[in-house]
Amino acid sequence: MEAFTTGLPRLLVVAAVLWVCQTAWAQSPTYGLGKTPTAKEIRAWDIAISPTGKELPSGQGSAKEGGVLYVRKGCAGCHGTTGSGAHAPTLISRKDFHSAAPVFCLAPCVNDSNTMGVHSPFATTIWDYINRGMPLGKEGSLTPDEVYALTAFLLYKSGIIKEEDVMDAQSLPKVKMPNRDGFALPPEWKHGTPRLQGYP
Amino acid sequence: MNSKKSDRRRFLKSGATLAGLAAGGRQLANGQTQETPPKKIDELIAYGDRSRFVTSIRVPVAERHSPDEFGLTFHVLTPLQDSFGIITPSSLFYTATHRGAFVPDIDPREHRLMIHGMVDRPLVFTMKELKRLPYVSRIHFVECLGNRARPTHKTVQETHGLTSCAEWTGVSLSLLLKEAGVQNAASWIVAEGAEEVKGASSIPLAKAMDDCIVCYAQNGEPIRPQQGFPLRLMVPGFEGIYQIKYLRRIKVVDRYYMTYDDYGHINPDPKVAALTHQIGPKSVITFPSGGQQLSGPGFYEISGLAWSGAGAITGVQISTDGGASWQDADLRTPAYKMAHTRFGYHWKWDGKERILMSRCTDELGTVQPTRAEIAQYWNEPVDKVRVRGADNSVQPWRIASDGSVHNGLA
Repeated sequence: MEAFTTGLPRLLVVAAVLWVCQTAWAQSPTYGLGKTPTAKEIRAWDIAISPTGKELPSGQGSAKEGGVLYVRKGCAGCHGTTGSGAHAPTLISRKDFHSAAPVFCLAPCVNDSNTMGVHSPFATTIWDYINRGMPLGKEGSLTPDEVYALTAFLLYKSGIIKEEDVMDAQSLPKVKMPNRDGFALPPEWKHGTPRLQGYP
Repeated sequence: MNSKKSDRRRFLKSGATLAGLAAGGRQLANGQTQETPPKKIDELIAYGDRSRFVTSIRVPVAERHSPDEFGLTFHVLTPLQDSFGIITPSSLFYTATHRGAFVPDIDPREHRLMIHGMVDRPLVFTMKELKRLPYVSRIHFVECLGNRARPTHKTVQETHGLTSCAEWTGVSLSLLLKEAGVQNAASWIVAEGAEEVKGASSIPLAKAMDDCIVCYAQNGEPIRPQQGFPLRLMVPGFEGIYQIKYLRRIKVVDRYYMTYDDYGHINPDPKVAALTHQIGPKSVITFPSGGQQLSGPGFYEISGLAWSGAGAITGVQISTDGGASWQDADLRTPAYKMAHTRFGYHWKWDGKERILMSRCTDELGTVQPTRAEIAQYWNEPVDKVRVRGADNSVQPWRIASDGSVHNGLA
């Protein structure tokens, strides 16, 4: 590198190195196996919803509609009519839970202190999970409208949105969750580095 | 999808039959276990069984039974106290599921892996195509973040049974991602399973490009259904929830997706976040351990396991005096990266009460901490310390003067 003492060549080298690094992962296929999915196939499988909501389908729902579905779809049967204190994980925190002693539970643990309404930084997590994982035994059977309505119901019952607020692909990602800033991402992962410098 | 639904029904039906057997048929009134009718010799020639005198089994965690009232399997502990070497038999490998799950009955001919998102060439692979690609076989442990010793636990199965180790065979995830052509702005992947809850986790792209394996085999045979048949993602050294079973989809993305499984792990403290995803250097003595009995003073071989999410184990030390002094143990197996490593230590018990401990060091030089050291770090009294993130604290076992062995945390 000593040869490059002027600014321009050094910049060129840096640019070249960067270019090589950036394109290293985007190289052309070597083995030629696997088939290209159609856009329709990808859409049908792509149920992971970003915090930006960009994958959310069209449709809409309100808390009022969600309250009806909460009973009709059997949610209340497992999660309780009030959304807590039943066999299935707590959905709606009891108001006085802060005074109760913290309960041990295994991850992913859902109790009054970390229901999705209380703990998730993004409302999209609730939509994503109801859509992919509920109701038990009939996963994937809810329409987008129903998922929006049930999400709105939980958000309303958790005191986050108003009863008349309509949830859709535009409004849902904008919901300001109580724990929006309450999480730290893990540090950038690098091969061969300890978890936390200075930790015994 | 229709065939899958009917498989589920079949599973539920056979599950009910099994539950009926467990409730009624297996236990006799006098408490003895009824002997199952012996298998025919041709059956045993085709597929071997263990001796009827070997009875080691997995047990569900006490905090939530499996199957639960919905028939779901949650967390089931491996019997480390009976283990030898470093390979956990697939039938005894610990089991954990995202929220409690039914074990899906997947036809490998129907199973697909889709790679899409921020890639130049989205791809769908059949199992046959995946098996045509170059493969790797490596030995790695898996450990659940819920693997934390409590004073109420009696045995090493209860304190540490949510870790197991196996040989995993499959295609490097980096190979598949390169085939698809990852775009420059990508920084994470979301990996997703095909079970009914479609459990999904966000994984750093740097890790995905480093050493992850898309596995179709475990311990020399196709991965068993409880472990993710027909396809499982291995993310070496990361906590168990990342090792997505029934892997069906990898979406390359530009942010942390905050899936249900992600949100269950988030913490506002960056230090706790750093300690949560990768397993620290950790070890435990499996003999003598809680619930076992020494038959009198004299020679014993202390035996145990050490592992680290950051790489290979380079050393293990033993204390027989509650941590006042430490001596080097021997590594009895090759020390593979992110794998259980068996250690042994020659010990002559003098018949007095003793506290046994082990601590390990990994290739980064990180030493497994005692609870006292962790308490000092968080500035908490040692009897009240809460071990944040993945718990890799030193486990004490108390040998009473009658030779009985007890949890030293109690």
